Amino acid sequence: MVVGLIGLIAIRGLGIYWPSEIHQIDVQKVDGSSEVLIGEIYDSEIVSRGRLEGAGIKLEGDEQFFDRTLYKVGNREIYGVDFKWVLNDKIKSEVYPQDIVVFERREWGNLYGFIENVKENNVVKPVTDVWSDFQSRVERALDLHDEIKVIEKHEIGRINAALERLRLKAKKLELTGSLTPEKIIEIEADTAAQNKIYEGLQGRLAALYAEIKRDQVVVKVASGQSVDISISEVVRTWMPNNMGVFEKIGFYATSAWLFVTDEPREANTEGGIFPAIFGTVMMVIIMSIIVTPFGIVAAVYLKEYASQGFITRTIRIAVNNLAGVPSIVYGVFGLGFFVYFLGGNIDQLFFPEALPAPTFGTPGILWASLTLAILTVPVVIVATEEGLSRVPKNIREGSLALGATKWETLWKTVLPMASPAMMTGLILAVARAAGEVAPLMLVGVVKLAPTLPLDMTFPYLHLDRKFMHLGFHIYDVGFQSPNIEAARPLVYATAFLLVVVIVFLNLAAISVRNRLREKFKGYDS
Amino acid sequence: MNNPDKLEAVNKNSQTQSDVCIKVNDLKLFYSEKSALHGINMSVPRNKVTAFIGPSGCGKSTLLRCFNRMNDLVDDVRIEGNITIDGDNIYDKSVNVADLRRRVGMVFQKPNPFPKSIYENVAYGLRIQGVNSRRRLDEAVESSLKGAALWEEVKDRLEDSAFGLSGGQQQRLVIARAIAIEPEVLLLDEPASALDPISTLKIEELIYELKDRYTILIVTHNMQQAARVSDKTAFLYMGDLIEFDDTNKIFTNPEKKKTEDYITGRYG
Repeated sequence: MVVGLIGLIAIRGLGIYWPSEIHQIDVQKVDGSSEVLIGEIYDSEIVSRGRLEGAGIKLEGDEQFFDRTLYKVGNREIYGVDFKWVLNDKIKSEVYPQDIVVFERREWGNLYGFIENVKENNVVKPVTDVWSDFQSRVERALDLHDEIKVIEKHEIGRINAALERLRLKAKKLELTGSLTPEKIIEIEADTAAQNKIYEGLQGRLAALYAEIKRDQVVVKVASGQSVDISISEVVRTWMPNNMGVFEKIGFYATSAWLFVTDEPREANTEGGIFPAIFGTVMMVIIMSIIVTPFGIVAAVYLKEYASQGFITRTIRIAVNNLAGVPSIVYGVFGLGFFVYFLGGNIDQLFFPEALPAPTFGTPGILWASLTLAILTVPVVIVATEEGLSRVPKNIREGSLALGATKWETLWKTVLPMASPAMMTGLILAVARAAGEVAPLMLVGVVKLAPTLPLDMTFPYLHLDRKFMHLGFHIYDVGFQSPNIEAARPLVYATAFLLVVVIVFLNLAAISVRNRLREKFKGYDS
Repeated sequence: MNNPDKLEAVNKNSQTQSDVCIKVNDLKLFYSEKSALHGINMSVPRNKVTAFIGPSGCGKSTLLRCFNRMNDLVDDVRIEGNITIDGDNIYDKSVNVADLRRRVGMVFQKPNPFPKSIYENVAYGLRIQGVNSRRRLDEAVESSLKGAALWEEVKDRLEDSAFGLSGGQQQRLVIARAIAIEPEVLLLDEPASALDPISTLKIEELIYELKDRYTILIVTHNMQQAARVSDKTAFLYMGDLIEFDDTNKIFTNPEKKKTEDYITGRYG
C-alpha cells in the first residue's frame, strides 16, 4: 500500500522535468479554417458527446465518445491560456520540427517557438550561428542576473538591517530618555553613511539593469507572428526534438536539481522549492532540540524521582491524553499562548523599541517548533519511561553498591542504557512532526517567505521569522494556485519530496538508535 | 529468643575486642508491617570469612543488604536497632550512604557488569570518586583484576565489552570492580549460585585469597561451600539468628537442634 502510494506520487511527480517532444499540429477549426498549435502533450481523455456539446462545440457524425488531448501550448501572454484541449479527430497533420525551442522564463511560463534572429539594443545582429550566439547571450544575462540578485538580496539586505538597527537604537534611547544631542548626531551620521552606500548600490544596480536589458531574441510563435523577448527574462532554453536520450537524461537531472535547490517563482507554480525543504528540516531540528531534553527530564522525574502516587498517575494520564488531542487545537493553543502571550510579552520586555511592529509576537519558526514540541512530547515521555523501566534493577544496584549516588547512577549508567528508547521516542516524534501542517498554518508557516530562517546577517539564526513548509506548500500549490494545470505535477513532486525528507530524517534517527543499541545490546531484551 | 546475650558472650570469648569489625545490635527489619528480622545480635570478626546459611526466605540476604544499607532502596522498609562498622553507627542520620557503600562493597548473585568496556567497569567506582588520572586508573585496574584473578585472561582486551566475558569471568570482574575502590568489607550475595562448578571453584579460591585484606560476609545456599570457604558461620531461620560460631563447630557439633537438622538436610 505505502509503496504503491509512494510509487504513484513518484511517477506522477518525477515526470514533469522530462523534456518531452514538442508537437506542431494543424487543427481544423469550427469555421473550416485551420490553426497551427505548438506544444507538448500533457494529458488525454475520452469525453462524451454531451459534454462537448454542452461546452458549445459543434460535432458531426453520430459517435458518442471522442478522444481528446491536452496540449501545453505555453505563450500565455499571447494566447491568454497555456493549455488547450484538442479533439484528436480535428488534427489534420502533426510534425516534430527539429528547431522548435522551449524558453523557460521568469514570467508568463514557457514559450514555444522558432528563433528568427537576435537583437542587440533593438538592432538585428547578423550572425552565422544564431543558436550559439543566443546561448552565449543567455549566459551573459544569467551572470548579470546573479550579480543583481547578490546586490539586492545580500548587500541591500544588509544595509536595510543596519538602518533598521539604527532606527531601533534611536527609538530605544528615546524610550529610556537618554537620547542626547551627541547621540542623535552620531546615529544620523551612521544613517547617512549607510544611505550613501545604498545610493552607490542603487547606481550599480541601475547600470546592471541597463546591461541586462541589452539583448532581445525574436521568436516566431505558432500563429506565425514574431515576438520580441528580452533575453533577461530567459532562465533556460532547450530544443527537445533535437535531443538524444543522454542529453535528455542530463537535462532531466539539471531540472530536478534546480527544483530542489531553487526558489519558487510565479506564485509558487514555477521554480524550485528549496525554502520549503529548508524550512521543514529546520523546524523539525529545532523541535527535536526542544522536545528531547524536555521529554527526557519529564520522564526521568516521573519515573525515578516522583513518588508513585495519585498525582503522578494523574500526570501520566494527562500526558497520554495529550497525544490524542487534534493537532489544530495545538495550533490554536500555540497561537494564543506562545505567539500572543509569550511572544507579546517578550516584545514588551526586550523589543519595546520595535513596537507596534511585533518581533516575537507574531507567528514564526520558534513558535511553530514549540507547538510541535508539545504535540510530540508525550511520545518522547512514554518511550523514555519505557526505556528506563527496562534497565535491569541489578545494574542500578551494582552502581549504587559502588558508592554512586542516585544521580550518578542515572547519569553514568541508566540514561545511556535507556538512550535507544529515547531515540525511538524521538523518531516517532520526528515522523509525526514532519508531516503536520494544520497547526503550523496558525503559528508560522507562510505561502512565500522572502528570507530563510538561517542566513548571513546577524544574528544568523532568525527564530522570529516565518518560514515555508513542504506540507503547506502542497496545499498552496494544489489549491491556491492561479494555474491549476501547471501546478498539478508540482503537487506530486512536492509530495514526493516531503515523503523523501521524512524518510531521510527517520533514517538518520534510526541509524543513531541502532548504533546505540549495538553498544548496549547485552541488556536490550 | 535463643538468648542473644549468651551468644554475645560466646563471641566475645572466642576473639579479642579489636578483632571485631562489625557489630549488629538488636537489628529488626520490617517490610511494611511484616517483620523480617526479629532482633539480630552478632559480632563479625575482621579479615575472616563469615558465611550466612539458612533456608530460603530466612532473611540472610536481607541481613546482608543491611550492611551497606541496600534495603534503603526498597519502599516501605523500616529498620530498628543499629549496625556499627569500626565503631561507627551506619544507621546514624549523619552517615552519607554513598560513602558507606564505598567502605562496604557488594557482589550480587547474578553477574551485573555495566554495558561498558572491561576497563571502564573496573574504573567505574574510582571515576565516581573523581579519579581521572589515567596512570592511577591503569594501576588500580591492573591490581584489582589481578586481585580478582582475572588479569591474565583479559589483559589483552581491556577495551572490549564486558559482555564478551563468560559468566564466571563476569562475576570475577564484578569482584574486581568492587575491590577497586578498596572497601573494608566485602558482601557476597550467593556469588557462585549462577555459575558452573569450575567457575565456582575459582570464586572460592578467590575468596580465600581476599580474606587477608577484607572482612568478607557471604550468603550461600550451598553448605559445602560455606564449609569450604568460611571461618565463621551464622545459621538463620525465619528471621532469627539461631547459631553463630566457628564453621568447624557448626558443621561438626552444633549446639542447637535446628542447626543440626538443617545441616544434616532434614529441611530447607
